[in-house]
Amino acid sequence: MKNWGFTISTSRTIDMDKADLKTYNKITEKVPSAKRCLMCGACSATCAAHNHTSFNFRKCHLSFRRGQFENLAEELDKCMLCGKCKLVCPRGVNTRAIIFNMRIFLNDLNYKKISL
Amino acid sequence: MGKQYWKDYQKQIADDDYFYERSCIRQTFFPGSETAFLKMMREVLGKNIVDDTNLHTCTGIGFYSGVVQLDTTMTIVARLFALMTDSGLKNFVPSCVTSFGLINEVVDIWKHFPEELDKARRFLKEATGREFEIPENVAHPSDIIYKNRKALKEKMKYQLVNKKTGKPLQVVEHIGCHYSKIFPDHVVGSAEFPQVLAGMIDEWGGKVIDYPERRHCCGFGFRQYLVMANRGYSIANSKKKFESMQAYEPDFIVSNCPGCSMFMDKWQYTIAEMEDITYDKNKQGIPVLTYEEMAGMLLGYNPWELGFQLHQIQVEPLLDKIGIAYNAEEKYIGKSGMMLKTPEKPLNIIS
Amino acid sequence: MENRKVIIIGGGPAGIEAAYNLALNNCSVTVLEKEAHIGGNINNIVKLFPSFVSADEIHENFSQKSQHENIKLYTNTDITQLFFENDLWHAKDASGETYTADALLLSTGFKTFDARFKEELGYGIYSGVITSVELEAMFKEGKITTPEGKIPQRIAFLNCVGSRDEKVGNHYCSRVCCINAVKQSISIKELLPDTEVFCFYMDIRMAGQFYEELYRKSQEKHNVNYIRGRISEAAATIDNRVQIKCEDTLNQLPMKMTVDLLVLMVGTEASDGTTNLGEQVGVKGEYGFAKSLNLHGADNLTIKKGLFLAGSCKRPLTLPETMADSRAAAFEILNYLNQN
Repeated sequence: MKNWGFTISTSRTIDMDKADLKTYNKITEKVPSAKRCLMCGACSATCAAHNHTSFNFRKCHLSFRRGQFENLAEELDKCMLCGKCKLVCPRGVNTRAIIFNMRIFLNDLNYKKISL
Repeated sequence: MGKQYWKDYQKQIADDDYFYERSCIRQTFFPGSETAFLKMMREVLGKNIVDDTNLHTCTGIGFYSGVVQLDTTMTIVARLFALMTDSGLKNFVPSCVTSFGLINEVVDIWKHFPEELDKARRFLKEATGREFEIPENVAHPSDIIYKNRKALKEKMKYQLVNKKTGKPLQVVEHIGCHYSKIFPDHVVGSAEFPQVLAGMIDEWGGKVIDYPERRHCCGFGFRQYLVMANRGYSIANSKKKFESMQAYEPDFIVSNCPGCSMFMDKWQYTIAEMEDITYDKNKQGIPVLTYEEMAGMLLGYNPWELGFQLHQIQVEPLLDKIGIAYNAEEKYIGKSGMMLKTPEKPLNIIS
Repeated sequence: MENRKVIIIGGGPAGIEAAYNLALNNCSVTVLEKEAHIGGNINNIVKLFPSFVSADEIHENFSQKSQHENIKLYTNTDITQLFFENDLWHAKDASGETYTADALLLSTGFKTFDARFKEELGYGIYSGVITSVELEAMFKEGKITTPEGKIPQRIAFLNCVGSRDEKVGNHYCSRVCCINAVKQSISIKELLPDTEVFCFYMDIRMAGQFYEELYRKSQEKHNVNYIRGRISEAAATIDNRVQIKCEDTLNQLPMKMTVDLLVLMVGTEASDGTTNLGEQVGVKGEYGFAKSLNLHGADNLTIKKGLFLAGSCKRPLTLPETMADSRAAAFEILNYLNQN
């Protein structure tokens, strides 16, 4: 294989034909209210961790839906489970339960988890 | 294709008396194309087309790379128009698609900002003493061939048909972005489904392949591929097209843009060397032709005079499919009669 | 019954509802409908949002109303000319037959956007791309199939086709497509529970009673997926499915997907009757819709004496709004007739 000083860029596109969209069903089985989420972002807006870290619950939830699990476990560790998100959600989504369950399933999928 | 709306906004293409503007790089990569075009125009169609020896770049490559300023570009384009005016002609025919896009952009700027036109006139006069008229008609050579496709067909010795099976050849046609995407009303067909090459292929017996990434750019953006750091992104676009067309098993690719033709031809080799994959069953790559080469080949011109020997992906398998005769011995003999060097890896691009 | 003759052009919901209310009040009503049957765009619908009441019920109701003894109904009558002469309104059809009345109601309704104009979406080019109207016709058959005759595994909806679109000159929102998409998504899931349904939107506009609840239900109960991002182009794949591309804006990443059917939610436009007749009598407004005299005080009157408007010939309306509007129009016509 020749190397001419550059590599062919890989695609950033989410290919919905190949993405793992089924694992999210495990979350919605445990937390049916997750299906009502319309990504308004009120949860992230009030989040204590979002203010000072890269943690964005709305994005984590969406990433999980799309089957994008990279770095997710690491991000989810930043949640302090304060529950502010659950208070402000207009659709009554049980956001804390989503975090709990995402953490559980990401462990199942053998994703790297930072241990304290 | 079933597309009828575009007939309502058909482009104006001049009939005769053309001023030809040659491309900067086409003659290096596809040396026979422009000569073949002139030959077709003069000998087959009997048109008047002027090939001025004073021609120069339109600065498209420099302008789009961000190294030539707009003022300079407009003045240089003005000089090209001055050459056209001096030869008494009003119909401008730029060989390169980037040039075509640039000419249209400059003329459009002058239409909306007359002070820029005055500036260009002034700069040109001060620098060279020349004066110019804006062309009445700007058409790409592929437009002209499209317009005369039926007349050319009558003189064609071959058609885009597989000699053995009798079936039409499957053809991927690729339109340069600057031809169709900037000014959709300066295009034969529409921005989404340009017909200029599809019309030629249909007329000459081939079958156009409509694959999902058909309208996607090949990645030949000057800023992108000229800089090594960006080249990976540039080539990824061609790769995307190849991956998309692979399942349709095209017999060849035809393009009307010098950059696109070069990319699609050369990148197949690059990808083969970098990632060990090709996109055709025989692992020899999909031949890439310019539209002049396609027309010239069907008219029976000598393939080596058309410049096929300089293609990265070897064209002989295609010639064999159509049943075009050629002399393999003469392939690498140059115009002077001397033997040129032969390439290292002619046929199989995967080692 | 001397000076109480009314002509109504268009036998859709607006026309029939007004005709009935006028008939109840001793008017002699002539309804002129260009198709073979009344009902207008309702004929293309199976169930109405948001309650899923059957359109057949509504249609039956209109049928009965149209049979009131004071109503004369002429179908297959395409009016091409309208004019006011000798204190009477005249409506003339292509064969030269003329109808006259003291007051005239224009209720010529709407048509849907011709999606062929959005070339990049491949309607009219790729058989897997259909409109919401064509999908509704499939509901009538009780069967949804791909162009190959198979059961679709994945269906995508694209909202705002021909609406909120500068390129086609329709800047306005058609109001009913968002809720219609939600309704149709649910209908698909009821017929084919295992089929994945994706709805691509710029906004989800649920501005009617029980609309938001239906949207919520479609997510919770029916597992409809909503993706915020406009589909930019559609292309056919080698197995005649449709490849679509969009930006997953909430994720800031490009997305691509292959679907069996792409349903275009085509917007509403003024019908040809509305535009042509409206132009003739000087009430043609923006986008070809008919212009009323005053949105707040006189929304069924026009600048022309004795000429009235009802329904979606004025602007995109839902069915209940249309019917309320046409009852108001009937009332305005009665006021006018009583005064003269």
